[in-house]
Order: sequence, then C-alpha cells, then structure tokens
Amino acid sequence: MAPSQDNASPQGASQAFAGWISVALASALFALFWQALGPIGAGEVLRFERPWVPSLGISLSFLIDGLSLTFALLITGIGALVMLYSTKYLAGHPHFARFFLFLTLFMMSMLGVVTSDNLLTLFVFWELTSITSYLLIGFSHSGADSRRSALQALLVTGAGGLALLAGIILLGWAAGTYELSEIRAQGDAIREHALYLPILILFLLGAFTKSAQMPFHFWLPNAMAAPTPVSAYLHSATMVKAGIYLMARMHPTLAETDVWLWTLTIAGASTAVFASFMAVRQTDLKQILAYTTLMALGTLTLFLAADVGYAITAAMTFLIVHSLYKAALFLIAGIIDHSTGTREIDRLGGLARAMPITTAAAALAALSMAGFPPFLGFIGKELKYAGALAVQSEPYLVAAAVLLANALMLVAAGLVAFRPFWRGTHSTPKTPHEAPWRMLAGPVILALLGALFGLNSDLIAVPLVEPGVKAISAGELKPAELKLWAGVNIPLILSGVTIALGVVLLFLHNPMRKILAGIEARMPWFDRGWDNLLDSFKTVASWQTRILQSGEMRRYVYTVFATLLIAVGGTLIYKGAWAGLPAIPDLEVKHWVVTLLIVAGTALVTVTNSRITAIAGLGAVGIGVALIFIIYGAPDVAITQLLVETLVVVLFAVAALRLPTLKPGDGFPNRKLDAVFATAIGAVVAAILITVTTGPIDLRLTAFFEQASWLEAYGRNVVNVILVDFRALDTFGEIAVVAVAGIAAWSLLKGQTSDPEPDGEDAK
Amino acid sequence: MELVLSILVGVLVAAAIYLMLARDLMRFLFGLILISNAANLAIFTSGRLTTGAPPLITPGSDFPAEGAANALPQALVLTAIVIGFGLFAFALTLTLKAYKRLGTLDTSEMRVAEPRDDA
Repeated sequence: MAPSQDNASPQGASQAFAGWISVALASALFALFWQALGPIGAGEVLRFERPWVPSLGISLSFLIDGLSLTFALLITGIGALVMLYSTKYLAGHPHFARFFLFLTLFMMSMLGVVTSDNLLTLFVFWELTSITSYLLIGFSHSGADSRRSALQALLVTGAGGLALLAGIILLGWAAGTYELSEIRAQGDAIREHALYLPILILFLLGAFTKSAQMPFHFWLPNAMAAPTPVSAYLHSATMVKAGIYLMARMHPTLAETDVWLWTLTIAGASTAVFASFMAVRQTDLKQILAYTTLMALGTLTLFLAADVGYAITAAMTFLIVHSLYKAALFLIAGIIDHSTGTREIDRLGGLARAMPITTAAAALAALSMAGFPPFLGFIGKELKYAGALAVQSEPYLVAAAVLLANALMLVAAGLVAFRPFWRGTHSTPKTPHEAPWRMLAGPVILALLGALFGLNSDLIAVPLVEPGVKAISAGELKPAELKLWAGVNIPLILSGVTIALGVVLLFLHNPMRKILAGIEARMPWFDRGWDNLLDSFKTVASWQTRILQSGEMRRYVYTVFATLLIAVGGTLIYKGAWAGLPAIPDLEVKHWVVTLLIVAGTALVTVTNSRITAIAGLGAVGIGVALIFIIYGAPDVAITQLLVETLVVVLFAVAALRLPTLKPGDGFPNRKLDAVFATAIGAVVAAILITVTTGPIDLRLTAFFEQASWLEAYGRNVVNVILVDFRALDTFGEIAVVAVAGIAAWSLLKGQTSDPEPDGEDAK
Repeated sequence: MELVLSILVGVLVAAAIYLMLARDLMRFLFGLILISNAANLAIFTSGRLTTGAPPLITPGSDFPAEGAANALPQALVLTAIVIGFGLFAFALTLTLKAYKRLGTLDTSEMRVAEPRDDA
C-alpha cells in the first residue's frame, strides 16, 4: 500500500516510492489474475471462502469465472498503466502520495466487487468504490466545482447503493442465502417469487445510478472534474462498469422476464442515443469522452437486456473493446492537456508534428472506437448489429438506435483523435511537445491491444468472452464467434452504412453542433434539476427545524408531555387496562391531614404571585411527602426528604434575593388550554397508578433482598444494604451525578466575575 | 390509601405541568420540584404501602419481620430524591446565571441559542 502521508518536499523520494509501489502492486495482481486465464479458459470456476460474520450469513467468499476474470484483468491491467501514467502526470503534486493511496484503495475495492461471491460482501466493496470515487473526483478539493461534483456523484451512487442493499436483503430473504453461486441456481424460483419485482427495481436502481443510465446520468460528465487518469480509470474503464457487472452477474437470476427486457432496453437505448448526440455537441475533449462513455454504458445495458447468445457476446466483447480504446483516449486527452494547456477542440490543431507517437496511438484507438476493420472495435460493432437483430424486444428499433449511436461515435472519435492532430495549426497556451514514455506507455499499449485482438480475436474469445458469456447466461447460451470476416451479411451492410453516415456527419459537424446546442438550451436540464432537488431538501429541513426547534420552551414542554399523554393514555385505552375506581378506603385522620397539607401546598404554589408564599407552599408539599414516608415505614427516605427539602427552600430563598418578583398571571392572560392539558396528564398519571396498584405485584426482587440482606451482606437495614452493597455501582453513579451537578453549578457561579460579593449558595 | 396517593400524584403532576408551561423560569422551577416529588411518590406507592414496620432486621433474626415495608422502592426513591436535588440545584444556578446575563426570566425572550427567524 502507498504511504498515506503527504510529504513536504514535492519531489521527495518517498513520493516516488508511493507511485512505484502502487504500479508494482497493480502489475503483480495483473500477473496473478493472468495465471487464472488457463483454468478459466478450460471452463473451470475458482472459489475461495472464509467465514466472516457467520451469524448473519456473511462470508468472505470469492469466485472467479469468465466474467469476473475479464473485469479483474481490466482493473489491474489498466490500473497498472494508469498508475504508471500518473507517476509522471502528477509528478510534484503536493498530494501525490494521497492520490496513489486513493487509487490503490479504489483498485482493491473494485476487485472486491467483481470477485465477491457473497452479496453482502459485494455491497461493502461496492460502497467502497463509491467512497474512493468521491475522494478522487474531489481530489482538487480547493475548487468548489470539484467538491460539488464529488458530492453529487457520492449522493447519486450512494442512494443507489442503499437501494441495492435493500434489494440484496430482499433477495437473500427470498433465496435463503447471500451466496451468488447458490442464488444463481434458483433463478426460476426467484423470478416467480412474490418479491421479484421489488428486488428487480432495487437492484436496477443500484446498477443504473452506478453506471449512469438515464435519468441518473448527469453525475458522470461532472465527474470529469477529477484528474484525467482518474477519469480514464474510474469513470470510463472500471467503476462505472460496476453497474454493468451487477446486471451481468444477476442475469441468470433476474433476467428473462419482460420487465427486465423492456426496462434495460429502454434505459440503455435512450442513454446511448442521448449521450452520443450530447457527445458531438461538446467542445472539451474530456466532456466528449465522458458522453461517449455514457453511450457505451447505455449500449452495454441494452445488450444485457436480451437473452440471446449474440447480444450477450456483443456485450462482453464491447466491454473489452470500450475499456481498451476509451482508457487510451482519456490518457491521450490528458497528454494533450498536459502538453498544450488546453482541452478545447476549437483551440487545438496540427499537433501531429510535435507529438507523433501520441498521434499514432490516438489514431489506432479512434479507429477501434469508430469500428473500422481490422480493429477489435469492428468485431464489436459487427456483433452489436448481429445482437441487435437477434433481441426479442424490437430488433429494428434496437438496431436503429445502435446504428445512430455508432455513427455519432465515429464523429466523436474524429473530433477527439484526428482534429487536434491534423487540421491547421492553432496557438495553444503551451508549446506542444511529445509526452514522456511513462505517459505514452498506457495509450500505446492499449491502442495496440485493440489492433492485436482484432487481428487475432481468439486471444480474448477463448479465455474471456466465451467463459464470460457462460457466466452471464449460467451456461445456457451459446457464445457467438468473434470474426473479422463473416461474409457479406446484414451486420456488414449496416457497418458500411454506419461509416458512411458517420463520415457525412463528421463533415456536417459544425452546423450540427449549433443545432444541438439550441435543442439542449430548451431541454430540461438534469444537472439544474439536481440542484433544485438539493435546495428543496434544504427547505424541508429548515421548515422541519422551525417546527421542531422553535426556540419556545413552552412548545418543548408541550411536545414532551403530549407524547407522554398519547403514549401512556393511548396504551391505557388501547389495552383496556382501566379497571374502574376502587372503593375509597376508610382512612385515619392523620392520613387525610397529610393529604390535604400536600394539596393545599400545591394549590398555593400554583396560584400565588408571591415568591415567599410559593416557597412556603413548596415546603409544605415537601414536608407532607416526608410525613407519608414516615407513616408507611420508610424512615430513611423521610430523613433524606426532609434534609433535601430544607436545602431546596434555603437555596430558593437565597436565589430569590437576586431574581425578580413573579409577574401576576405570568404576563399572559389566557392559560385555560394549559390548565386543561395539565389536568389531562395528571388524570392519566393517576389512572395508570391506580391501575398498577390495583393489579398484582411481583415481589420476588424484594424477597431476594430481604433474604440476602443479613445472611449474605451482613446488614440489618435492608434499604441501606441495597444502596451500598447490591446496587453499589448505582449509588456510585448517583454520587458522581450530584458531584458533577455541584461542580457545574460552582463553575457557573464562579463565572460571575462582575459580582462583587463571593457566592454563598453553592449547590453542594 | 394507594388510591388516595395515586390521585395525589395526579394532582401534583397536573400542577407541576401547569407551572412548567409558564413563561417565568422561576415558576418552571417550582414545577420541577413538584414533579420530582410526584415521581418519588409514584414509585413509593407502586411498591404498595405498609403502615408502620420499616424493612429492618432485628438482632437475633435473619429476616425482616413479616409484613415489613417493601424495601426496593425505598432504595429507588432515596436515589431519586438526591438526583432530583442535584438537578434542581443545577437548574437554579442556570436560572441565576441566565438572569444575570439576559436580564429576564421570560423564556420566550431567551433566544440566544435559537434566535427568532423574523428576519
């Protein structure tokens, strides 16, 4: 792991160490997963398990099949190249080491997502990717824009994550296990389960927010506030595909229904078409690439909707194709930015002479993106057409959507990878120069792989695509072949149409951009909608705070006692516990005298406007209560009560010297409602107490104390024994509370520095 | 007698809440004392009342006499009285301090922590 501390010296050796060790870790993991290619290609599935929280059915179980291996190789391979690139791109950055810490954390979390076999473990890693993504988008945390984008991404994907968690729990409940390998076997039972629809909706909410499907797409273009290597890695090649991974992983369990088919088809197709129009409307290199990423995610969703071999093969292949060319193009965008100081395509041109290697890599990646033979992108495109025509929903509409998106992709590829390098020369903020090898390695290798896999598609077909298709379809579908030349067929004709349409649109790009800008200005703007949503949350929060925290003490008292009234009184009525009034007992005179003393004292306190009278009334109540304690065999309590009551009266009398007199009627006349409210609560308390005392009593605890007091604790006063022996810790706590109250009161009084005379009425 | 004491507790609670709803902090404190007395009496009463015999063990015997008062609520009330006193003392000091700082005991005028949003 990279050290987490920043170094004061920007070029410190330990910083370089942080970078290189991350690169080494990613490479080592890549090599490790490489080892699995053989067994997976041979049709094996690797699984490891360790118990984690067995009581909740959570285990650290990991499963590697074609699908997870494809993802793992992309994550570690592109990860290593992106980290290598970043050692140069961010060289000298004050938070260099922190960057590599986040990036490595992300890589490990993402590997966790794609290899977990336990849904809850998967969820933990899923959330970790959201958090590391938040940290990386907000990496330039001094910019308000970065912070806003980071928070937006976190809230959108975090909300989706919560939905996913709910879905996982429902699914775990329905299936009786959280192990994916066991759940997969019960696909038919899950699809017929009463909870299928809620489970599906919750899972798709998680997947759509993570993979930025409409209408949750808006966070992804904003996430471009992150440093370019992050955009290449997280927001194009890996993290945003976690939702795609989830849909692929759940395919055997949740797919094959009409809801699945149509939801994914509509979301995927509308995202793909919308995003490809938006892509050619942009002028910033990274924004163009961000929208083409959305298009790719939409296309992947679209193909995962279907349940035919061609469509799934298309999805698996396009997943690899897209990660290769898109990561390369993002890294190239970073190189252009780094070397010229701008990413605006209108200000770029003629860079080919100064940057020949970058130009070549960009051309290779763009040709794969645009779908020209013999690149892997061409095979991917052919498969997409074959897959589109094979889907069960609306083959022609799907094919049309894919065709339109592909043609616009060609335009975007031209904008990103040709325009800045050829067409004319512009003056840029910095003089363009070729990038150093560490920054070139990634784009060149990735672009060359796109060509290599195109020329020899068996390299990925056998070990990755075919096992991947088997994993997605639980072995039920036959993977399609990856071929450069499949004869003259409909996909080939559609490819020709795509290229022709794309080239025409590329020439018409400028007028098209103006029209699109005009349309965009009139469309509802999701990003602004998001701000409005957050604002409305704030409005609700402050409204609620105004209601609950009015600052009026009377209202707080009302709230507390109204709760008591409803909870206790309601329970009393609901349970039907009220047994009626028992007969008034025959009492001795002294009992009536004491009772009347207390009532009279209470009345006095309540009605008087004189402080002395009130204090006298309180004293009468206190003494009356002490007398009750004496009469009913509680001399210890009575003594304490008398002592405390005396202290209360003394303290009050002393304090009254410094406090104002009581205002008659408390300054506001209408207290009838208060009186009714108070009486109601008094009645409820009396009723509950009568119900309690007329019911049976459980004396086991008292009996225990009586038995044990002398024989075990050697004390003859049972009350004292309880306090200082059986419940000694309680008593100790009580002493602590009184001591704290005393210290607090003392420090409050001591704070009266303006007070000339020393304070006499310290609480203790 | 439990019936009478139960009603007495009700009366104390009603008076206490009426006082606590006043705007004058001094009256609020009166209410606080009354409600703490009411709570103690409620605990005491719910343990049932026994006239006379306190829960003591006379020398020579191992247990309290038959029909002695219930010791458990007594222990609880004893604790509650002391805690209630601590609370009262602290509240009284706060009141003193508040009056010194703000010059009023009207709770509707005490808005330092939660200002009115008239603005």
